[in-house]
Amino acid sequence: MMNSDFWRAFARNKGAVLGLAILIAIVVLAAFASVFFPGDPWEMATAPFQPPLSEDALLGSDMLGRDIASGIAHGARVSLLIGLTSTAAALAIGVTLGALAGFHGGKVDDAIMRFTELFQTIPNFVLAVVLVAIFTPSLTTIVLAIAIVSWPPLARLARAEFLSLRSREFVQAAITTGQSNSTIILRQILPNSLSPIIVSASLMVATAILLESSLSFLGLGDPNAMSWGYMIGAARTVIRQAWWMSVFPGLAIVLTVLALNLVGEGLNDALNPKLARSRG
Amino acid sequence: MTRRLSGIPASIQRGFRRSVHRAAAAGLLAAVLTIPGTAALVAAPAMAQETPVRGGVLNSIVQPEPPTLMLGLNQQGPTQTVAGKIYQGLLTYDRKLNPLPSLAESWTVSPDGLTYTFKLFQNVKWHDGKPFSANDVVFSTSKFLMEVHPRARAAFSRCESIKALDDHTVEFKLKEPFPAFIQAFEVSSAPIVPAHIYEGSDYRTNPANTTPIGTGPFKLKEWVKGSYIQLVRNEDYYKKDLPYLDGITFRVIPDAASRSLALESGQVQQTQYSDLEPFEVPRMKTLPNVTLTTAGYEFVAPMAWLEINHRVKPLDDKRFRKAIAYAIDRKFIRDKIWFGLGRVPTGPINSVVKFYDPKVTTYEPNLDKAKALLDEMGLKPDGKGVRATVKLMPMPYGETWTRLGEYLKQALGKVGVSVVLESTDAAGWAQRVANWDYEITTNFLYQYGDPALGVARTYISSNIRKGVLFTNTMGYSNPKVDELFDQASRENDPAKRQEQYSEVQRILSDDLPVVWLLEMEFPTFLDKRVKNANTTAIGVNDTYESVWLAK
Repeated sequence: MMNSDFWRAFARNKGAVLGLAILIAIVVLAAFASVFFPGDPWEMATAPFQPPLSEDALLGSDMLGRDIASGIAHGARVSLLIGLTSTAAALAIGVTLGALAGFHGGKVDDAIMRFTELFQTIPNFVLAVVLVAIFTPSLTTIVLAIAIVSWPPLARLARAEFLSLRSREFVQAAITTGQSNSTIILRQILPNSLSPIIVSASLMVATAILLESSLSFLGLGDPNAMSWGYMIGAARTVIRQAWWMSVFPGLAIVLTVLALNLVGEGLNDALNPKLARSRG
Repeated sequence: MTRRLSGIPASIQRGFRRSVHRAAAAGLLAAVLTIPGTAALVAAPAMAQETPVRGGVLNSIVQPEPPTLMLGLNQQGPTQTVAGKIYQGLLTYDRKLNPLPSLAESWTVSPDGLTYTFKLFQNVKWHDGKPFSANDVVFSTSKFLMEVHPRARAAFSRCESIKALDDHTVEFKLKEPFPAFIQAFEVSSAPIVPAHIYEGSDYRTNPANTTPIGTGPFKLKEWVKGSYIQLVRNEDYYKKDLPYLDGITFRVIPDAASRSLALESGQVQQTQYSDLEPFEVPRMKTLPNVTLTTAGYEFVAPMAWLEINHRVKPLDDKRFRKAIAYAIDRKFIRDKIWFGLGRVPTGPINSVVKFYDPKVTTYEPNLDKAKALLDEMGLKPDGKGVRATVKLMPMPYGETWTRLGEYLKQALGKVGVSVVLESTDAAGWAQRVANWDYEITTNFLYQYGDPALGVARTYISSNIRKGVLFTNTMGYSNPKVDELFDQASRENDPAKRQEQYSEVQRILSDDLPVVWLLEMEFPTFLDKRVKNANTTAIGVNDTYESVWLAK
C-alpha cells in the first residue's frame, strides 16, 4: 500500500515525527483556544505587567493586562489560518500558471515566465508591505498579499514538472487518444507532479506564518485579530522591563515554523522516491 | 485712562509676591525688577538662589530633524525648540500664561481693548549686526507672517492697523476687541524676522532661509544634516552678560532606544516633547543624574479626545456619546497607556489654560449608567450582547495611540458597543478625518493659552469646513455655543469672559460633542547640572538666555 510505504518513509526521519507532534499540539491549541482560554484574548483580564507564573496569568500579562497565554492560543488560530489559506491561494495561482506554461510551452510559456520573473525581481516582503498598506490591513488583504508574493517559486516548480512529464509516453498516449488539454493537465500530469509541490507548499506555510508575523510586528496586521507578530511588535517597546511579553509569542513562532520545516523534510523523504532510494 | 505696565504686568507682580513669600527670599524681588527680562527666574525661586556661572555647552536632542530653522516658515515641534533660541517673539509667558517680556520691554493695552502698544528693548541687533527696530515688527506681523503663517494670520488679520510709532514702539489697532490677542506674541506664534533680509523677496525661497538671522541669545554656527545642529552664544545679545551658555548642541538621534541611551549615559543633558516614549518614562525617572518635569507645556496644553462624527447614527445622539464616556476609565488610560503622564480632563478646556472651569458635568466610569442610557435609546443587546457597532480609526501616531485604540475597543465592548478597529497611515488618517470619512477617531489639539485661540475652533459651527484638518470635523452645531464663544472672544472684562466660558464649558460637557480623554503632558528630562532651564509656559522652546550649567 502506498499509505504504509509513505508512513514508513516519513517515520524514518525522526525529526519529521517530532515536528508532526509539535504541529499537532499547536493545531489542538488553536482548535480548542476558546476552551482553554474562554473569553476574548484582548480582554484586559488582569493587572498589567504581571510576570510569568502569576496567579491568573501563567505566562504573564502585557502592558494593558491581557493574558499572554490566551493571546498565544488565539494567535495560533490566526497564524495557522493565514498560513494555510495564503498557501492555498498561492498554490492556486502558482500551479495554474506553472501548469499552463509547462504544458503549452512556446509563446505562452515565454509570456507567463516573464510575468513570473517580474514578481520574482521584487523583494517579497517589501511588496507584501506595500500591498497591505495600500489595501488597508485585514485578514483578507494579508492572505492575498502573502499569496501574491509567494506564488512565483510554485509556478516555476510546476512548470518544470509539467515540462518533463509532458514528453512522457503516458501523456503522449493520452494526447493520441484525443483527451482534451484540461483532462490531460488535471487527470494525467497534475497527480504525477504533486509530490514536489506538496513538499514546497508545506515549507511555504512556514514562510507565510513568518511573513504574517513580520507584517503584524510592523503594525500592518489586522487590528482586530490577535496574532503572535502583533504581540511581539507591541511588546518590543517594553522589552527591557517585560521580557515575557515578546519571548513567549516568539517561542510560539519558532516552534511552529520549526515544526513545519521538519514536517516538510519528512514529506520530502517520503514522497521523493529517488531521494529515498539514494539514501538507501 | 491707559494702564501702564512697567516691564512686568500687575498680575505677574502679584505672582512674584506669592512665590517670593513662599520662597521667603525677599531680596529676589528687587533683583528681578532691576534686571529687565529675567522675570523667568521667579518661576523657579529655589534654583535662582545659586549664582549662575558662565560657560559650558548644553547638549540636547532634536527629533525628528527639522526641515528648516526658519521659524516663520515652519512651526513643527522640533523647529520651535531649536529656532526658539535663534528667533524671538515680542512676549513669552509664565506658567500661568501671563505675558512676560521678550523683545518687548513693556506694553500697554487701552481700556477699550482695541490698542496694544509695545515698547521694544533698545540696542537689539540682528545676528548679522544690523540694528533691530519697530519696523521689523511691523514687517513681520503685517506682511511676512500674514503670507506664510496661518495661525499668525488668524490673529493679525484682526488688526485694523499695525504701525511703528517710533524706532522702539509698535502699535496694533484692532477692529474689535479680542482679549486673546495678548497670547498671540509667543515666539512660534509670531516670530519676528529681519525686514532688511526679507522685505520685497519671495519669503519661501529666500536664500537666507538656510542661514537663519534672528535676535535671540544663540546663533546658528553649524548644521550637519543627519548629525547635529550647533548653536553658539550671540556675543552682541542686548541683555548684559547673557546668555550664560557658550552654546547649545542639538543632536539628531532617529532611533528611540539610542535617545534614551544618550540621556542615560549623559551624552545629552536634556530631552523634550516626544524624544522619549511614555513607556520609557518610568524607567528613566529613576536615573540618578536627571530630573523629570512635565511643566513647560502650558502654552501648547494638548488635549486628547475621541472625535465622533455626528453625521453617523447613533453617534448623533448625545445619550450614546455619554454612554461611551461612562464606559471609559480615563485614569486607566492615563496610568497604564500614558504611564502616568497627563491629567484626567473634566471638560473641553485643559486645566492649565485660562478660563478653565472644573464645575461641569463629569463622567466617572460607570457601566450601569452607560447601559441604562443605551437601553433608553432602545439599543438592546442582541444574541451576542451587541447593541451597536461602530468603527474606530485610532490616530496613527505610534504605539501609545494604538494601545489606546485597543483599550477603547475593549472598554466599549463591555457595554455592548462593538468596535471595529480601522488602521490607516498618517496621510490617510488626515485625509479621512478632514473629509468627514470616519465614525470615531482619536485626536489631540494644542490650545495655545486661550480658549479663543485653541478651543473654540473645535466646537463652533462656522468652523465646519470640509477638507480642513483640526476644524469642527464632528459637524457639531449648537447656536448657544457659537454665541458664547463669539461673545467671549470680544469681551474685555475678564470676569464676564469667565462667566461666558464657564457657561460654554457646562453646555459642552453636557452635549459631549467629543469625549475628552486626557490632558496630555510631555516629559522633559534635565540633567541635574542644568539650571534655570524650562521656566516658562513654552518651556524648552524658550530662549534659554539665563540657563547655566553647574560645574
